[in-house]
Amino acid sequence: MSVIRGRAWLFGDNVDTDVILPGKYLVLTDPNELAKHALEGLVQDFYKKISKGDIIVAGKNFGCGSSREHAPIALKYAGVGAVVAESFSRIFFRNSINIGLPAVISKDARRTIKENEQISIHLEEGYILRESGEKIPVEGYPEFLLEILKDGGLLQNLKRKFAGMGGVSRTQP
Amino acid sequence: MEPVWEAGYGGPDLHRRNFGTPCLVRGDITRKNFIFALIPQLKRVGFPAHNVKIWWYSMGMTIAEKILARASGKSKVEPGEYIIGKVDLAMVHDLTGPLTLNVLKEVGYDRPWDPEKIVIILDHQVPANSTVTASLHKQLREYAGKYGTKFHDVGRQGVCHQILAESYVKPGMLVVGADSHTCTLGALGAFATGIGSTEMASVFLTGELWFRVPETIRFELKGTLKPGVSAKDIILYIIGKMGVDGALYCATEFTGEGVERLSVDGRLTLCNMAIEMGGKTGIVNPDVKTLQFTNTKNESQVLRSDKDAEYHKTMEVAVEDLIPQVALPHSVDNVKPVSEVEGVEADQVFIGSCTNGRLEDLEAAAKILKGRKVKAGTRLIVIPASPSIYMEAERRGYIRTFIEAGGVVCNPNCGPCLGGHMGILADGEVCVSTSNRNFIGRMGSPKSKVYLVSPETAAATAVEGKLTDPLRYVRG
Repeated sequence: MSVIRGRAWLFGDNVDTDVILPGKYLVLTDPNELAKHALEGLVQDFYKKISKGDIIVAGKNFGCGSSREHAPIALKYAGVGAVVAESFSRIFFRNSINIGLPAVISKDARRTIKENEQISIHLEEGYILRESGEKIPVEGYPEFLLEILKDGGLLQNLKRKFAGMGGVSRTQP
Repeated sequence: MEPVWEAGYGGPDLHRRNFGTPCLVRGDITRKNFIFALIPQLKRVGFPAHNVKIWWYSMGMTIAEKILARASGKSKVEPGEYIIGKVDLAMVHDLTGPLTLNVLKEVGYDRPWDPEKIVIILDHQVPANSTVTASLHKQLREYAGKYGTKFHDVGRQGVCHQILAESYVKPGMLVVGADSHTCTLGALGAFATGIGSTEMASVFLTGELWFRVPETIRFELKGTLKPGVSAKDIILYIIGKMGVDGALYCATEFTGEGVERLSVDGRLTLCNMAIEMGGKTGIVNPDVKTLQFTNTKNESQVLRSDKDAEYHKTMEVAVEDLIPQVALPHSVDNVKPVSEVEGVEADQVFIGSCTNGRLEDLEAAAKILKGRKVKAGTRLIVIPASPSIYMEAERRGYIRTFIEAGGVVCNPNCGPCLGGHMGILADGEVCVSTSNRNFIGRMGSPKSKVYLVSPETAAATAVEGKLTDPLRYVRG
């Protein structure tokens, strides 16, 4: 898996799914439209301010609240390269990995990393590299989750398993 | 580096708890692996080590562990273990379902593993309020029609968790729903949990999903509630104590007299908000009330926690002392007794949602509103959670009571709870609501505020136009 490089955006504890993507936008299914409202509850025009690959660094319980997959999708398409947090809410963690947005657990990242700092995440080696050269440990994934991330998400994973099974039926746009 | 994956996940630190020292093995280390790995050493010192295995398999399990063990074809599982479970019931609704179908479309294969076990329910914005919503509904309708999955269209629609409770869920089932409040259904003795849309696509195709067996936190509810205090007050109180991540990744099991005395409606309210403290599911051991409610004649599938089951923590809650509670903006764990914060002016009062849209809730509100009027300047919105609740409330005269008091009664759906439909808030407005989340912007404008309360408190608030302790209405 390649290294994720970007500037750090710092957030606090309990960033919930209603500020990541407010409920009124759940009728949208186009990821690029969703991206325009990413983190609208906390940062105005987040999608314009972020550069591709930037990394969210947050405290405890990131993504708490709803099961809406729209939330990690909005972040991913806004350009977020990964989310690093002290801990994640369970469903957000699953969703994030399933759509191919690395959700990285690190006890120390939020405390040490500075706003706007250039960092890189080396997932397989298990650390975040700071500008100063300091390495902050991150926690490993079980094998099967790492595999999904390597595939770029569960969709690619499923495609591999179900491709060529026939019986493909047209679904509505 | 210390890759203790479980601990980092935010859940309880299993390894430190059991072994006293940090464990340097990640994820798949469990107590079982640890103990079984000791067997060769035990044999070397002459210990009859096969007894270790017998002892291991005879140890008690919680109801959550038992259901996951059965779903994965094992005789025993333990917290921290990863399993692949066979799903008994899978649910999507009008906001999460279309994403699932889009994934299936991209996979290029969309035939469900068992259409009888898939339930599609319109509940978030129904009947459709825009052309966008209408096309989402159409997409789901066509998929359901094509494969014969269960489908709740306009006329049979309602809050998805209530529809599942009334018609589909049985004790012992493994239920997944593409909605975080799926944990509600644990009240019926099932293991029910929320998942995302993409993994739901995987469930649609395979009927299976990976789970990490959660630690269980037990809440032992002592005594019985005072009149005017209800299940919502219990769960708000508990979340206030636990914090919004206090039960992260854990199953939360409710036991004791306080739960036994609650109706199934009240238990559904309790389990509904397990997610608000990070819980993977809320769960109640099935009893006579559960079996009756779910029309379960054959008890062979019913599972209950063993007496010697091991809990991560046990918390005691003296419910007889409890007074009405409120969660203040903008966090569900920002809980105070209503009596301490009375007087906040309410622009809107909402009674409904998967938390409190059931018959018992409407009854409690109607008792207070009967013969009274909603204060001028306050809007009362009442939404029964399902058609059957709506009809029974109508038969008992509650609907008339609400309308005579000056409220509006809408068709069964999620309503303003998540700011999508029927009662969205403007800048600066305040809603006192029986729903389950008060995050910034949850019900509309990011400048609005939501206070979470019981149906009793909501009704008293509607009458006075400001946050009001319902106890004096119950006594007087």
